Formats: sequence, C-alpha cells, structure tokens
Amino acid sequence: MSDARDDAAIALRVEALEALLTEKGLLDPAQVDAVVRRYEEEVGPLNGARVVARAWVDPDYRRRLLEDGTAAIAELGFGGPQGEYMVVVENTPEVHNVVVCTLCSCYPWPVLGLPPTWYKSPPYRSRVVREPRAVLREMGLELAPGLEVRVWDSSSEVRYLVLPERPPGSEGLSEEALRALVTRDAMIGVARAKSPGDAGDG
Amino acid sequence: MNGIHDLGGMHGFGRVDAERDEPVFHARWERRTFGMRLIAGQRLGGNIDEGRHWIERLDPIRYLAHGYYGRWLASLEDRLTGAGVLHAGELDGRVAGAKRPAAPLPALPAPRPPAPHGFVRALERPPVFGVGDRVRTTNHQPAGHTRLPAYARTRRGVVARVYPACIYPDVHAHGGGEDPQYVYAVRFACRELFGPTADSTAFVHLDCFEPYLEADDDA
Repeated sequence: MSDARDDAAIALRVEALEALLTEKGLLDPAQVDAVVRRYEEEVGPLNGARVVARAWVDPDYRRRLLEDGTAAIAELGFGGPQGEYMVVVENTPEVHNVVVCTLCSCYPWPVLGLPPTWYKSPPYRSRVVREPRAVLREMGLELAPGLEVRVWDSSSEVRYLVLPERPPGSEGLSEEALRALVTRDAMIGVARAKSPGDAGDG
Repeated sequence: MNGIHDLGGMHGFGRVDAERDEPVFHARWERRTFGMRLIAGQRLGGNIDEGRHWIERLDPIRYLAHGYYGRWLASLEDRLTGAGVLHAGELDGRVAGAKRPAAPLPALPAPRPPAPHGFVRALERPPVFGVGDRVRTTNHQPAGHTRLPAYARTRRGVVARVYPACIYPDVHAHGGGEDPQYVYAVRFACRELFGPTADSTAFVHLDCFEPYLEADDDA
C-alpha cells in the first residue's frame, strides 16, 4: 500500500525522530545499531534448524523438546524475548500444524528471527484460521485430504514452533546436513522440510 | 477492543504474497524504527500489553498504511507524545526543516526491578479447567485490550493444554497490575468458529486466559 514517495517521506520522518530522541538523550544511535545487528545477523531460522535437526537424530532430545520446549531449546543456547515459554508441536502423517498470530504478529524470535512480511500481513492473519488448507495450497503446500490441520493462534505469550517431519531419503545424513533441509517456512508450518537434493530454498 | 487489528476470519484481504529470499528489513527506516521502539519502550517503562494496545488504538488507515514497521512507528510516536517526550508539533516541525532544538526530556519512570520471569506467575489456587474439559468462551468484548479474538467469542471448544498462570493482558495493559490467570490452549473446530461450510478436518488451537472461559454445561 505504499509507493516510493511514501517511502521517502517515512524515511525522512524516522530520521528526524531518531535525531530528536538522540538530542533529548532518550537513546543513543549506537544502541539502535546493536539491537538491529543482533536481529539482522545473529538471530534467525538457523537457530530453529539446529533444534529440529537435533530432534531428528536424537530421540531423547525430541522427547524433551516436546515435553518442555523452553528447556530443550535452552540446551542449545537459545532463549530470550519472544521465546520465554516455547511449545513445540510435531507434524505427523495424521496431523499438520501451522502457526499464526491473528491479533498482532507474535513469533518465536530466538529460534526463527523476525517474522517475514507475509506472516505480519492481513491476508495470512485473516485467512489461515478460517481456511488453512486454501492458504497452504496457495503457498505451495498441498495436504492429503484426510489429514487434520491444526492452526495455533498465538494469543498469549506462549510461542509455538513446528517440528516438521523428517523428509524421506534423509536417513543417512549427518545432523549438520539435516539442518540445511529445515526452512523457516517448515517451522511455521506453511511448508514441508526440504528433501535431500531439492534445488530451491523452499 | 473491536479494532482493525483483530483480523482473524475477516474477508477481503486477498492472497498471501510471500516474497522469496526476503531480507530481514526492506529499508533503513524499518531498521531504525525496530531498534528505536525496543529501546524507547524500555526507557519509557511500558509493558508489552500496553505496547500492543498502543498499536490497536491506531485508526484503521494508520494501522494498514505502512505495514508492520509503519504500525511500530505510528504507535511509537503516539507513545512518545503520551509520555511527554515529544511535544505537539515537534516531530512535524523537524521533518519540515525547523532548526529548533529538541525539547528536554520529562522525568521518566525509574527502571522496574527485574521479575523472576517475563510473564509466568505462581498462583496458589489450581486451574479451574483440565485437559479434555468442554468449555465455552464468554461474550467478552471490552473497549480496552484483550487477547480473545472476535472470531472465538461464545464458541465451544475442548481444553487441549493447560499452561501456567501468566500476567493477564486485559488488566496489565491498563495499569491494573499483573492479576495472573491460568492460560489454556483450547481446541475449536473450524466449523464451530466459521460455520458449516468450513473445513471439517481443520481445528484452531487458541490460547485463552481463564476469565475468557466458562464450563460448557450443555455439552
């Protein structure tokens, strides 16, 4: 809904706001740099991929992860704001899980980073609770007819992570190689994990 | 509040437009807005429920106009103005090129002492409901902040999970303290929520604070 002229105007406004808040002493631009750098460079879906790959190779870890997501994720060193109470929901041949926040855009930052634009936008937030199969189909995921679709609407501070099914053909892969099959979208539940040899990024 | 933010189940927003290889931020202003809002939020002493309610109170045009970080920016401006950090017209003047020096900061609240957990709290009483209990949501539609979406009011479901007591947003967003309440993941059939043409194999699991629920005695 914005065009280039809007973007230039909003850029100018944000620049003026930061200058004012800096002059007032409310913030220091270096603090802003540090926060941005953390979420742009250090926190992202590679963290979640480590959790999933570990669960695929280690049945004990998988059990702990499903019982107490927060503690099991902390074992790998991840936690903090927007991930203080984590619940991991497992996809199976009978149940497919998908996560949304219809009221705002709650998302498990420590394991997935900041959410993509579509996750925060009205089409996904309005529709995935009402017609999850249609939304998933549009996003490229066709589910078998009898499968139960379970939509988790993140309306409290609980944050949900989907444990995707381990793809067929991945039996011989190392934990490190498995991580590369785990996409952000698979951990939100709008895609499957990649299969070994898949060219695209899913 | 019955606001534009409460999007679940609405029609008319079109297809999901997923960008391939999307960057974390699309423009410098999004980066700076993200960082500023987190830092300013800490300095102003507000809690996350108040922060969400600032966004909900944006009028629908401002809510939708510039996406997620547009909402962050608009609500940050409102919040800074509400706290007396930004004076009326100060930002507009600066945008227009005024050279007037920034107004000094008002007294800000002292930093809050760290809590044992961000939002989980111990309650002496046990939860009212258990896994498998049939429940119905109340017709809860306060003018203020709530985490019960409109699509799930007065609907029947089954308790799927019982979570610890957590700070109650409906009170916490309005200066009423923490008032911890148990939280339940309640399972609703999409047909219960969206009518008989909805997918019979689809379910929504929604986190509900205990005051949103009553026993479904008719079940």
